[in-house]
Amino acid sequence: SALSILANLTHVICAFGRDERRVDSRTIYVGHRPCPATDTFIPPKFCDNRIVSSKYTVWNFLPKNLFEQFRRIANFYFLIIFLVQVIVDTPTSPVTSGLPLFFVITVTAIKQGYEDWLRHKADNEVNKYLVTVLEDGRRARKESEKIKVGDVVEVVEDETFPCDLILLQSSREDETCFVTTASLDGESNHKTHYTVPDTEKGLESLSATVECEQPQPDLYKFVTFFSLCVVSLRSLGPENLLLKGATLKNTQKIYGVAVYSGMETKMALNYQGKSQKRSVVEKSINAFLLVYLCILVSKALVCTTLKYVWQSQPGQEEPWYNQKTQKEKDANLYLNMFTDFLSFMVLFNFIIPVSMYVTVEMQKFLGSFFISWDKDFFDPEIQEGALVNTSDLNEELGQVEYVFTDKTGTLTQNSMEFIECCIDGFQYKNRDSSTELDGFCVTDGPVSMLQQKAGREEEELFLRALCLCHTVQVKESTGQEDWVGDQVDGVLGLDGEMVHPAELRGFIASSPDEVALVKGAMKYGFTFLGMESKNMRVMNRDKDVETYELLHVLNFDPVRRRMSVIVRSKCGDIMLFCKGADSSIFPRVRQEEVDRISMHVERNATEGYRTLCVAYKLLSSEEYAQADAGLREARLALDDREEKLMAVYNQVETGMSLIGATAVEDRLQEEAAETMEALQRAGMKVWSTCYACRLFQRGTELLELTVRTLEDGGRRREERLHEVLSAFSFSPRSWTSAKQDYGFIIDGATLSLVFNSSPDSSHYKSLFLQICQNCTTVLCCRMAPLQKAQIVNMVKNSKGSPITLSIGDGANDVSMILEAHIGIGIKGKEGRQAVRNSDYAIPKLKHLKKLLLGHGHLYYVRIAHLVQYFFYKNLCFILPQFLYQFFCGSSQQPLYDAAYLTMYNICFTSMPILAYSLLEQHICMEVLMSNATLYRDVAKNAMLRWSPFLYWTLLGVYQGLLFFFGVRFLFSNPALQDNGQVFGNWSYGTIVFTVLVFTVTLKLAMDTRHWTWINHFVIWGSLAFYMFFSFFWGGIIWPFLRQQRLYFVFANMLRSVSAWLVIILLILLSLLPEILLLVLRKPRWPHSRQVRYTHI
Amino acid sequence: MMKEELETTNRPDNTAFTQQRLPAWQPMLSAGIVIPGFVLIGLAFIGIGVALFITSQNITVLEKDYTGVETTSDCYKCSNPSDKNCTCKLEFSLSTLFEGPVFFYYGLSNYFQSQRSYGASKDEYQLSGDLDYFKTPISACSPYQYDANQNPIVPCGSLANSMFNDTFKLYQIVNGTKKLVPFDGKGIAWWTDYNIKYRNPSVTPLKNAFNGTVKPSFWSKPAYELDTSDPSNNGFVNQDFLVWMRRAALPDFRKLYRRITEGDYARGLPAGNYSLEIAYNYPVLSFGGRKKVVFSNVSWMGGKNQFLGIAYLVVGSLCVVMSMVMLIVYAKFKFPEDD
Repeated sequence: SALSILANLTHVICAFGRDERRVDSRTIYVGHRPCPATDTFIPPKFCDNRIVSSKYTVWNFLPKNLFEQFRRIANFYFLIIFLVQVIVDTPTSPVTSGLPLFFVITVTAIKQGYEDWLRHKADNEVNKYLVTVLEDGRRARKESEKIKVGDVVEVVEDETFPCDLILLQSSREDETCFVTTASLDGESNHKTHYTVPDTEKGLESLSATVECEQPQPDLYKFVTFFSLCVVSLRSLGPENLLLKGATLKNTQKIYGVAVYSGMETKMALNYQGKSQKRSVVEKSINAFLLVYLCILVSKALVCTTLKYVWQSQPGQEEPWYNQKTQKEKDANLYLNMFTDFLSFMVLFNFIIPVSMYVTVEMQKFLGSFFISWDKDFFDPEIQEGALVNTSDLNEELGQVEYVFTDKTGTLTQNSMEFIECCIDGFQYKNRDSSTELDGFCVTDGPVSMLQQKAGREEEELFLRALCLCHTVQVKESTGQEDWVGDQVDGVLGLDGEMVHPAELRGFIASSPDEVALVKGAMKYGFTFLGMESKNMRVMNRDKDVETYELLHVLNFDPVRRRMSVIVRSKCGDIMLFCKGADSSIFPRVRQEEVDRISMHVERNATEGYRTLCVAYKLLSSEEYAQADAGLREARLALDDREEKLMAVYNQVETGMSLIGATAVEDRLQEEAAETMEALQRAGMKVWSTCYACRLFQRGTELLELTVRTLEDGGRRREERLHEVLSAFSFSPRSWTSAKQDYGFIIDGATLSLVFNSSPDSSHYKSLFLQICQNCTTVLCCRMAPLQKAQIVNMVKNSKGSPITLSIGDGANDVSMILEAHIGIGIKGKEGRQAVRNSDYAIPKLKHLKKLLLGHGHLYYVRIAHLVQYFFYKNLCFILPQFLYQFFCGSSQQPLYDAAYLTMYNICFTSMPILAYSLLEQHICMEVLMSNATLYRDVAKNAMLRWSPFLYWTLLGVYQGLLFFFGVRFLFSNPALQDNGQVFGNWSYGTIVFTVLVFTVTLKLAMDTRHWTWINHFVIWGSLAFYMFFSFFWGGIIWPFLRQQRLYFVFANMLRSVSAWLVIILLILLSLLPEILLLVLRKPRWPHSRQVRYTHI
Repeated sequence: MMKEELETTNRPDNTAFTQQRLPAWQPMLSAGIVIPGFVLIGLAFIGIGVALFITSQNITVLEKDYTGVETTSDCYKCSNPSDKNCTCKLEFSLSTLFEGPVFFYYGLSNYFQSQRSYGASKDEYQLSGDLDYFKTPISACSPYQYDANQNPIVPCGSLANSMFNDTFKLYQIVNGTKKLVPFDGKGIAWWTDYNIKYRNPSVTPLKNAFNGTVKPSFWSKPAYELDTSDPSNNGFVNQDFLVWMRRAALPDFRKLYRRITEGDYARGLPAGNYSLEIAYNYPVLSFGGRKKVVFSNVSWMGGKNQFLGIAYLVVGSLCVVMSMVMLIVYAKFKFPEDD
């Protein structure tokens, strides 16, 4: 037949390809038994089944880890500085920069080593796991890592599959098995997989080849031919493939042949780290760093220039008291200049401190604990709190400008309830609380009882359609009912009193809508009883059981947005039932039917229900034969199977007649509306990817741009689009002046029109963006996952690159979550994929409010202050050192002792700012939450823009000048003690340094609005430690030091009244402008103390 | 209800720390605190300033340049560096008693003791009496590490080599005769430098420790002869040497040379004519430097320094003025106070 020819052809091609080493498919011999018919048996080489997720081994850890660490620009910079210190004669010893660098590198290496050790452990656990393999008919226990491609593996219930397997044999009678793929894509519902047909005979003697494509990461794509030694050829799809990482359920044991192993399994191929997101603050830091680098270089240049200018004066080149060595005399002038330049760089390099990176990292790491610790995020229902997947973005939470939210499961609870249906234009509603009267039709009471407006015939057809057109499974009641509660998708039992208690059953489906529909049908008397070897059993109103043979399932996919089944009834009628979104059904049915129903659908949609239309079609046997052949052929296709299937689907799903529509309600999550309102008041723009959740506040003027509005004129959509877009954007409404809020509605179809209609697309895009940016709320309904990401991307890359946040709960939101600056996952009912890909995960939407308005705001303020403070304190640290160069002949003489240089950032001034950046609540949490507008104060990176940076820089310069020149004037007479003895250069530096440490610490104390005992401890503790250290450092002749520069310098300084007085004077004077500002600045928010009291 | 009582391991700890609810003091600087505070601080500063200013005013300072740049100066003859062992005189008269104890400083200007290579050019191990470093001084001492014959220089390095070597003798002219004013050379260096940091090698006589070494080229006599009269002021613990070794911070500096505390002059220098005899050895003109002598008495705040008093007065008045300004601002706009 044609098939076998095709198969042979494929064989030939594949064999050819293999020889040519252009392999795009692999041949696997089941059980390593060569097929007698094929030519020579070349055992193919595949990788073993070892999973390696670890990055390092014992041997390459050090070089590889060091290499990776020094690829970071900051580390590299410090390494260079260190090397310069080692090579060139520099003022400070290499220890001063080597020690902090060593510390940072070591800590990071230990952390990464530990993480890798954990990965090794996990790998080993997987790799050493014992599995059963059939070898020449005997069962043998083997370590998982020793499985080879082609081995026949046995897996028992609740075990995970050790590699990707093709299901050969199952203990279940219907040759299926159930798996959950929770650890792969987060979907915990049971999926049915099928054995390869016709392999019932003993596995020991089975000799077959599998021709499958090379490993690729797509979990849902798998194209394979299975041939039983040339004789018969089967095409296999993903439903035959058991993925490594999935778990066998409800099936005692299965046998499968390994097709992909080790790092070639789909799980391993999918295990790729997400690209790391970087926060805006980090970009600000880098910008500031650049400024400081310029300052550093220019300082070094100025000093180098000065040195040579000064040296060119008579007598100063080489005064008799300080003669050069022979080596210096011989050295090249330009080389000298260069080394001098490097020396100055080293001397001033403290202006860019290593410790800032450490502190920022530490702040982020420790700070993120407060989010996961927050008990307000704890949800008693799922017994979980918030989850922080990355700590890099804490402060970004305080900067969000656009919120993109998914509707289902995020804004809503994702527990579906069948609300009403509409059969043949008549509305059927079954709700006690139905108070709503509309002009159309009124129902009172269950449909089954009375007011049968549509004919009984239509009604039953519709209900049968609901019962048949789905992929729901009935959970066999095995007595263990407790799993029901855990089952994420599941549904479970019924609440309607009309249901017979004996029929209390669970349904399992991949989407809750389906279950809701089946349950809805049940309410009206049609109960789906389950599948019995390809027969669907339905109990009708008269309690008779009808059986339908399931011929084909035309699966749901997000592009078609509909699904169909083809069934054969007892009496031999072949019927196609189709359900799907209105936009995908309406074009495929007759217009008059649409007119009858569309109104209901519209209305239900605006009320926020999920609507589905149901259509059906009677197939003649010829039509069916044609469809059947088409479907089979498409399924066998090796290339472009998807497209071919799609084409057949589209071909089959035409000429249907619309029989009704359903409305399923997905209730809003608790406090969803309030949360959204708060976010809007906080200045965020909320874009929802679905319709109607009371996002619109009253008085919002709605602009609608949907397929419907476009089709009003009956003209070409593109023309209308252009018209409407221009009308919206150029209308006399002036966006800025009016107090009016605008809401904007657009649907997926129109959006794709906007994105890729004509050459003017970019023009439309900018118009669209312009409109959207002026609306407080934008609703995007009926979006494909990719479109969601597209929208996020568009906003992200628009002018001003606003910070975007995506929140979603399902796998369809992952693209959006990954695309946005911050991705938030809801620990909802649609599995864990969104959570895994998110940066933060929270149990409920309402927690977003505290996460953004509370934590986000605080973290932003904290880290912004941390960054500014760090730059400031190092500026006023190094500025005196720079100024001193004018008084020491630009000779790179350090003003401070090496210990002070090293310890300043590590010990004396690091802890207070760290404590501040973890604990500060300039406004307390409650006020931030109740006063959403406060969020606007920090919007647009307000605290890290150039003007605050300039302020801090000027402050640093002012204080640095003050420190240096204050002491300079004091030292115009260095006899500062009452015994007439004089102070030298180290005393000078120590006085400056003391003023410096006290000033920067007290400056922080002044900025601290929230003094916990920890703040007190570290601030006063740091100062005390400084005093103690200085005494200690100067109090002992240190045996390991050659130079005892500071010996008793500090103590002598404290003996001098003048030194005390100048220290006090300078501290006060440098803080004076700050105090003035603090007092004169009017408090802008209510004092937090009051609020806290009222709360208690 | 049941569920809320259910404590699970997943539930975050409800402690004040984890919930960021640590009791906290939230200071608010209100006008009621700040204005009186400023007034108080201002007044205190003005008080200190006045005290400092008056104290500083009461300190007498007599400063004389003796570089010999002006031809009128007696030291002009010595300013030629080729002229060795030149002595010159500096005469001055006091109309009133120069209250004691009087401290006698020498000052150098445009002299960069603060240069890095200069400061680093010494061997602290050598100076703490470690004989190993007498044989092999640290290389930082170069070019004063070894002499031309490869003999180690002790004490090595530029800093020690360039030790100030002008000597002074002060005479009061009483009835035409010169009466020597006794100088006290003790207590001019830091106690810790003298007693702990710098040590002579424990070899007696001290001279033996220096066998095989040479004196710094600029020195006229070796270290062990710096003060032959007093072994506790000889060698590395010679106080003049210690004073010199403590580097000055700025290029214009003064160093303590002697105190006048003894005999008739314990109360100070009485009014009269004085003659300072200077053994002019130290060349400074080659690099544009100046030398001077300074007689000064000191107070609790050290030597004369107008800066501190004036700064305190200025800052103090600034505080008071600012509190006035704030008072006006507050009275006018009357910010709502939280209490």
